[in-house]
Amino acid sequence: MDVSRLVDLNAAYARAIDTEKFEDWPGFFRDSCLYKVTTVDNVARGLEAGLIYADSRAMLQDRISALRQANIYERQRYRHIVGLPTILESRNGTADVETPFLIVRIMRDGKMEVFATGCYRDKVVTEDDGDLRFAERVVVCDGSRFDTLVAIPF
Amino acid sequence: MDIPHDPRSTPGLWPEDSVARVPYWVYQDEENYARELHRVFEGTTWNFVCLEADIPNKGDYRTNQVGALPVIVVRDANGGINCFENRCAHRGALIAFDDGGTIENNFKCVYHAWSYDLCGNLRGIAFERGINGVGGMPKDFKRDAFCPRKLRTTTLCGLVFATLSPDTPPIEEYLGAEILGRIRRVLNRPIKVMGRFTQALPNNWKLYVENVKDTYHASLLHLFFGTFRITRLTQGGGVLVSPDGGHHASYTIDKAEDTKTTAYRDQGIRTENKDYKLADPSLLDTVREFGDDIQLQILSVFPGFILQQIHNCLAVRQVVPRGTGEMDLKWTYFGFADDSPEMTRRRLKQQNLVGPAGFVSMEDGCVGGFVQRGIASAGDQVSVIEMGGQTTESQATRATEASVRGFWKAYRHHMGY
Repeated sequence: MDVSRLVDLNAAYARAIDTEKFEDWPGFFRDSCLYKVTTVDNVARGLEAGLIYADSRAMLQDRISALRQANIYERQRYRHIVGLPTILESRNGTADVETPFLIVRIMRDGKMEVFATGCYRDKVVTEDDGDLRFAERVVVCDGSRFDTLVAIPF
Repeated sequence: MDIPHDPRSTPGLWPEDSVARVPYWVYQDEENYARELHRVFEGTTWNFVCLEADIPNKGDYRTNQVGALPVIVVRDANGGINCFENRCAHRGALIAFDDGGTIENNFKCVYHAWSYDLCGNLRGIAFERGINGVGGMPKDFKRDAFCPRKLRTTTLCGLVFATLSPDTPPIEEYLGAEILGRIRRVLNRPIKVMGRFTQALPNNWKLYVENVKDTYHASLLHLFFGTFRITRLTQGGGVLVSPDGGHHASYTIDKAEDTKTTAYRDQGIRTENKDYKLADPSLLDTVREFGDDIQLQILSVFPGFILQQIHNCLAVRQVVPRGTGEMDLKWTYFGFADDSPEMTRRRLKQQNLVGPAGFVSMEDGCVGGFVQRGIASAGDQVSVIEMGGQTTESQATRATEASVRGFWKAYRHHMGY
C-alpha cells in the first residue's frame, strides 16, 4: 500500500474532525469495523475496554448524533497534528499501519492546550470502489488522564 | 484564594442549621479543605483503595490515595491485605512510585534503601552498622519504633477499603443493611477488570459526589438517558439513604412506562425528543443478570466511592481530591470472571454510556466545573437543596434530593459543623 495514500487518508480524517464536519467521520470506516479509544496502560495490561468502543459504522453515526443532539459540553474544537504512517505489514490491499498523533483542544475561552497524544493502530483496507477505509482504528492514547470530558472523537 | 467568609470564626456557620442549605465556601475554602482531608478522609471513614482482583497473589500491590494520603495496598504471605502510608520513615520519600506491581518480600525505598516488609514494618536500614565500624545508626536506635502509618483494611465483595482511624465501625455497620444488600446484589461473584481511565474534573470533589447522589438531575441533564428510556423520573425507582446519610443507592425499575405520560413534555423539558433513535441499537442490548427488574443502580459509599450498574455496564469510581477546585475521578470498568465472549462484547459496547466519553455521563464531567465557576464570587451565599423536602430518609421517587442532603448530614457530622 502506498504511503502517500495513507497520508492523504489521515489528512482527510483529521480535517473532517478539525473543521467539525463530523457527519463525514463515519465514512472513513468500513460498515463492519472497530473504533476504540484506549490507553497504552490498558493495552499493556491486556484490558479490552475503551473510552469509546464501536464495532459498526452505525455506532459511529450514533456518536455523532449524540454529539450534535444530546450531549452537553462547553464549546470546543480540536486541531490534529498527525505524523507519518509506518506500514507494519501490507498485503492484498490491506495494511497494518501505525501513525502518531497529537490533539490540541481549543476551548471557548480561547485556551489552547495539548489534550491527547498517542498512536493510531490501524487496519486499512482497499474497498471495491478503490477507496481506503479503516477496518480498525484503535486510538492508543499515551496517557490515561483525560481532562473534563471527551465529546469529539480522536 | 481569598475567601471573605471564614467558616471557623462564624457562630452558627451552617446557614439555618439545615442540610437543605449549603454554603458555597465549602467548595472554595483552603482551610476547610485541609480539615476535610484530616477529618473526612483520614477520619472515621472507610475509603476504597483497590479491588481484591488487583492484588490476587502474595506480593501484589497497588498504590492509591486516601484523600491526600498516599498508600500502598499489598497482599501478604497469609493472603491478608495490608495498607500503609506510602512514605519512608526515614526522609519521607514515596516507598513505591508505580501504580502497582509485584514484589518478593520487601519494599525498598530508592532514596537510602530502607526496606519494609509486606505489613509496612521497617526491616532494613542500609549501612545500619556503618562501614568498617564507622558511621551508621546509633546503637540505641529502635528500628521497631519507626514505620509508615498503618491503616486498617476490610474487604467486602471483592472491594478493599482502608481507614486510618481505630474508631471506624466494621464496614457492615458503617454501611447499614440496605446499602450492604445493594452492594452484594451486584458484586455477587468474582470480577474481571476490563479497563481503567482517569477523568480530571475542574471542580471540588464534593460537587461530583453530590452529582452522583443527585437523582433529580439524571434525566434532565442527560438527554441520552431520557430519550432511550434508560432512566426517566416517571419510571419506577427510588433512592435509599443510609441512616447516617452518607451512603446511598438509587435505582430504576425496568417496567413498561405509561405511554400516555406527558410529564416531561408538560415541563417543556429538553430531554423529551421523540425523533432521536440509535442507528445501531445493539448498544442497549441488555440482559437481566441480577435476577431482578433493577436496570440501573448507582451506589455511593461516603466519602468517595461509587459502584455503578447501568444495564450490563459495571464500574467502580473513586473520587480523589486534588485541592479545592480539582479532583480526579478514577474509573475501573469490570465484568465477571465467568463472562461469556458475548457478555464481554455486550459490556464493551455498553461502556460507551459511561466514563469521560460516556453518552450518559460526559455532562457530569463539566457540570461540576460550571458550578465551581458560577459560585466564584458567592462564598457567602447558599445553594438550595429542597426537592422532596428537607429530610434525608429513603424515598420511593427520584424526584428528590434526599441523598444529597444525606451527604451533608454525614459531612457536617465528620467535620464537626
